[in-house]
Amino acid sequence: MREDSSTIVMGIDVAGAAGKADEGFIDPFGGTFAMTKGLIQEFGTSRVLDTPISETGFVGAGVGAAAAGLRPLVDMMFVGFIGVCGDQIFNNMAKMHYMFGGKVKLPITIQAQTAASGGNAAQHSETLYSIFAHFPGLKCVVPSDPYSAKGLQIAAMKDDDPVVIFQSTRLMGVNFDQHVPEEAYELPIGKSRIVKTGDDVTLIGIGTTTRTCIQAAESLAKQGYQAEVVDLLSVSPIDEETILSSISKTRKVVIVDEDYPKCSVASELSALSAEKAFDLLDAPPVRVTAPHASIPYSSVLEQLHFPSVETVTKACREILG
Amino acid sequence: MTKSQSSIPKDTLMWMYETLVLIRRFEEQAKREADQGRILGTHSAIGEEATPTGICAHLRDDDYVLGNHRSHHHCIAKGVDINEMMAELLGKATGTNKGKGGTMHIADATKGMLGANGVVGSNIPVATGCALSAKVQGKDNVSVVFFGDGASSQGSLHESMNLASIWNLPVLFVCENNRYAESTPFEYAVAGQSVANRAAGYGMPGVTVDGQNVIEVYEVAGEAVERARRGEGPTLIEAMTYRYHGHFGADNPRGYRTAEEQKYYEDKDCILYMEQFLIESGVATKERLEEIDNDAKAKVIKATQFAIDSPYPDPSELLSDVYIKYP
Ligand SMILES: Cc1ncc(C[n+]2csc(CCOP(=O)(O)OP(=O)(O)O)c2C)c(N)n1
Ligand SMILES: [Mg+2]
Repeated sequence: MREDSSTIVMGIDVAGAAGKADEGFIDPFGGTFAMTKGLIQEFGTSRVLDTPISETGFVGAGVGAAAAGLRPLVDMMFVGFIGVCGDQIFNNMAKMHYMFGGKVKLPITIQAQTAASGGNAAQHSETLYSIFAHFPGLKCVVPSDPYSAKGLQIAAMKDDDPVVIFQSTRLMGVNFDQHVPEEAYELPIGKSRIVKTGDDVTLIGIGTTTRTCIQAAESLAKQGYQAEVVDLLSVSPIDEETILSSISKTRKVVIVDEDYPKCSVASELSALSAEKAFDLLDAPPVRVTAPHASIPYSSVLEQLHFPSVETVTKACREILG
Repeated sequence: MTKSQSSIPKDTLMWMYETLVLIRRFEEQAKREADQGRILGTHSAIGEEATPTGICAHLRDDDYVLGNHRSHHHCIAKGVDINEMMAELLGKATGTNKGKGGTMHIADATKGMLGANGVVGSNIPVATGCALSAKVQGKDNVSVVFFGDGASSQGSLHESMNLASIWNLPVLFVCENNRYAESTPFEYAVAGQSVANRAAGYGMPGVTVDGQNVIEVYEVAGEAVERARRGEGPTLIEAMTYRYHGHFGADNPRGYRTAEEQKYYEDKDCILYMEQFLIESGVATKERLEEIDNDAKAKVIKATQFAIDSPYPDPSELLSDVYIKYP
């Protein structure tokens, strides 16, 4: 935002207490998860806009503002609210560049909150990567820790195409004990990274589940197996090269996705493995996902819904024989 | 006391007082559960008890109520069992939704409570559909949807008001204007500074009412419900109210509103008002009202114990209720 004055931020309570600065109320929220905290003090109300609860309106306004020269970052809060603003994202944001023969660019970033956590229940816990990744015209990135969150956020906002960035509610508050450089840096969109090397099985994690995969790999190591963990980071485009090269080494793949299983990114990765690495695989690709069921409130059910270290470890043990 | 006030049956007045107090005590306990970390949090309805109470006083079990994320008061006013509600908050199998829905999704179809809803504005079209069903079936039941000042900015309200008006549907659109949506002031987010005024654009009556005064709410709602039952169409009611606590869980409202402002509204508390009204009009004694309060406290303690003693859902519940039948 310092580098480019055309960058703006919009969303519900991205600062908060709108209109009450005179009374001394400034920035009490800074976003639902305090991700935009402090921006209003530096950039003011013309670049940091609290919105009414009108997702169709303000997401659509983000699309228009992008078409007309701004670089908006729009916080849509929980990803389930796509139900409110889907028209703007799917019919306009994803398609305008193509429909208009490439003559209009849309440098907009949408931020969406994902994952089951603390009894947020069916409408505030979803992941839904695949809905977005399904659409030609959208790029979709999923950070898995503070380092990737910063690098992908900057890359997304500098990208001239529309990018959706998914943040995990369950990773909020986790202590990653990780160094995040103060200065700006970018992680390339469309590149996965290997966060742990190993020869026995490839584990692919996406956002929240990358952490699960790392923990499962630690547990497998104690049992004498070396898992390689691929942190996907981008669900559109998908980094086929990194995935296929890992599979060619381990000859086994377990894909761990917190999203619903049907027509999911996990299915896409499974298809990719089967289509492009069929001859390399010693066993069919395995998917560990949420079940084909909405997300329950009760803690005892909620924790069964998303892939756990135990379910991932077990799936690996089965494929390892 | 005005003539119309005196015309409210004594039973109704007492039911309204009992309901206000029961909601207050339930919500205090729900907040305790959250503060002590047994649940993530709730959207507290403390301070906002009067609006659903005055409205539901006119409703039957076969009338529909649809709520939003802050809906415990809607549920209690519509007669949902507080044992089952508390069990739902604790995620127990005996909860209204078998522990699957939680605070933002409490529903009890047998009482016409077709659900709280976590997506702001989402239930407004659904309520309109319930009213459509009544009309198509030639019944005289009505549908009521509660939503906040924040939700009034959603297209779903505007689309629904238009539909309800052109089809003359028996629905009450009830905006509980508690002056804030999270930390965003109503004055900032609502152009024209009135939700009720928007009714004019859709050709239906729009009424602003003091949402801290259950008698006033009762009277305005009475007219709207009768109008709807007679087949004369929808009404938009904007009840001016205030939430005493933060938006959700541990949110501290001191970041966006003053203690003086809060005190101003707490002094106009709906329960204090009703107490005074009942005593001054000779409907009940102070002692009787205290008994009612003690009774409400006892019911909430019982509900909490019921919830604590109840079992958690069986793990198989994870996969049930997705469909009725799915081959
Ligand atoms: C579509 C949608 N957008 C945003 C949210 C997040 N959210 C939950 S409650 C709330 C404020 C609602 O304000 P209002 O309608 O005035 O109701 P109140 O909380 O004041 O009772 C917001 C922004 C949501 N749940 N759904
Ligand atoms: Mg409000």
